[in-house]
Amino acid sequence: MVSIIPNVKEKTRKQYTGVSRGTRIMKNLTLILPVMVLTLMVICAIFANLSWLGLPQYGLAPHDPNKTAPRDKFLPPAFIEGGKSDYLLGTDKLGRDILSRVIHGARVSLSVSLLAIFITAGVGTMLGIFSGYVGGRVDGFLMRIVDVALSFPGLLLAMLLAVAVGPGFWTVVFALSVLGWAFYARLVRGESLRIRQSDFVAQARVNGASPFRIMLRHIFPNVVNSLIVLMTLQVGMMILSEAALSYIGIGITAPQASWGSMVSDGRAELDRAWWISTFPGVAIGLVVMSGNFLGDWIRDKLDPRLRQV
Amino acid sequence: MAEVLLEGQNLTKHYPVTKGLLQKTVGWVRAIDGISFTVEQGRTLSLVGESGAGKTTTAKMILLLEKLTSGKILYKGEDLSKFSAARIKSQYRPNVQSVQQNPWSSMNPRMRVRDIVGEPLVVNTKMTKQEIREKVLEILDDVGLKAEHASLYPHEFSGGQRQRIAVARALALNPNMVVLDEPVSALDVSIRAQIMNLLKDLQEQHNLSYLVIAHNLATVRYMSHTVAIMYLGEIVEYGEAEEIFQNPLHPYTKALISASVLVLPEDETEEIQQIILKGEMPSPLNPPPGCRFHTRCNEASAQCSEAVPEMRRVKENHQVKCHHYV
Repeated sequence: MVSIIPNVKEKTRKQYTGVSRGTRIMKNLTLILPVMVLTLMVICAIFANLSWLGLPQYGLAPHDPNKTAPRDKFLPPAFIEGGKSDYLLGTDKLGRDILSRVIHGARVSLSVSLLAIFITAGVGTMLGIFSGYVGGRVDGFLMRIVDVALSFPGLLLAMLLAVAVGPGFWTVVFALSVLGWAFYARLVRGESLRIRQSDFVAQARVNGASPFRIMLRHIFPNVVNSLIVLMTLQVGMMILSEAALSYIGIGITAPQASWGSMVSDGRAELDRAWWISTFPGVAIGLVVMSGNFLGDWIRDKLDPRLRQV
Repeated sequence: MAEVLLEGQNLTKHYPVTKGLLQKTVGWVRAIDGISFTVEQGRTLSLVGESGAGKTTTAKMILLLEKLTSGKILYKGEDLSKFSAARIKSQYRPNVQSVQQNPWSSMNPRMRVRDIVGEPLVVNTKMTKQEIREKVLEILDDVGLKAEHASLYPHEFSGGQRQRIAVARALALNPNMVVLDEPVSALDVSIRAQIMNLLKDLQEQHNLSYLVIAHNLATVRYMSHTVAIMYLGEIVEYGEAEEIFQNPLHPYTKALISASVLVLPEDETEEIQQIILKGEMPSPLNPPPGCRFHTRCNEASAQCSEAVPEMRRVKENHQVKCHHYV
């Protein structure tokens, strides 16, 4: 858009808001970049191939992620001397295409972490609000369970599960969820306890609102902020935990690609083939950071007091 | 005399003080100790006293936010403790509403004004969304807010406007009675009169009963028909507002009234002529024997520290709890 008197407008705006143009651009970038990164990752996850449309040969991934090519193993990325343009990000020790595996890994890593986050957040929030609102002995009892869950070594429990149920996608989701709800329960319970004492909850009781309504309409909307912050932080935690489980062999099973298992695959070759670990690692980093930025932005938007008029 | 709407008989609230691992009760905080009052239809009763006197606890008991230790609350002549939970919800809650002291914390920051004002209707009536919407706009108009305010959030209003919203919420169900806990004390002086006038107008329109809790005597005098002066969990003087302000009997009331009217002396070298009480209110954990006020009273005599005074009726419309008025 062309402004008739652009300089004057810019100047007055800065004078009014005290926010410089650069700051505003940065602020927009912290929204636009994360959204772009996450959208890209989600598109990768969905369209890695079109097997869900019955067309496994088409998709974003240039190669079959599990097809080995012994002649092309340890190829560096295409932009480095010795690389082939066919393998944009190089190949691993079995000659599998890194790019295709990163794209397919997005599917596993994102769906595992998102599923686990929604399960843990849902269970933890319900228990936390209930515990904080009811208080007394119920609260004491539930919080001791939370203490136990938080003090339990998660990896050990996951290993037990893997032995009992067998490794696989749903085992990972379950292993990440079975203790993870405790973080949410404790956070939300604290908030709930605080909000329960507030004047507006007393007022709701005077109005005759039922405990369920108070929890749903008065307490829940006021814990959403903290909840979103924790959920976005957990995106990174969950992806990393999934990687750890895959690394010790009780997570996603062998040929299937997940970012975590790719990082651990390349660990041994780090000195001569850095690209095997680096690209999935970059993907993890980008998703975690984008999640955090986006979480911050959503929190600001959800809080009407911070919303700009 | 108007019909009695709500009556408190010998209301008592004691909070246990616990100590140690086993939470043994080592004492009781006597927040309220046997107070009685009546609220008449269409009239205003004010509870006045320093902080810690038990005014807010009284309000909380009436709103059923605190349980009574002993005593009875009668609503239209019937004992509330005999009401079933369903009857409380259907008959008492909708008829006894409240406006809280602090308009900044009494509203859910995540709800729009129309949801805040409409909540009592959603909870207590079977009105449709459309009906609630219309009713909310009607009430907002009653308290002097505009229709476009309905879709805003509480933080977008000034204190006075927020208190209007709180009043609107209290009136949504056409209650018989509203408990006003320091309705204007959190507001700027310039807005207080507006809100007080609004409350008085609404009282006339809807024949409302008010229970006002206040420490500002000017507010009390303007708003109330009946006044109860409270000190350390007891009512020390009770009667018609004008009578009490014209002819205060209890030394504590005299001190309060004297403190509220600041008369500067002509000669600057003279001290301000005011009854200034010594010290602070004693702890309700261990109230003084005899008359509870004797430790700070400037008219105290020997018997005050020994015998507990009775509430005495000195006139038709005036009762006082003091040894000096027999």
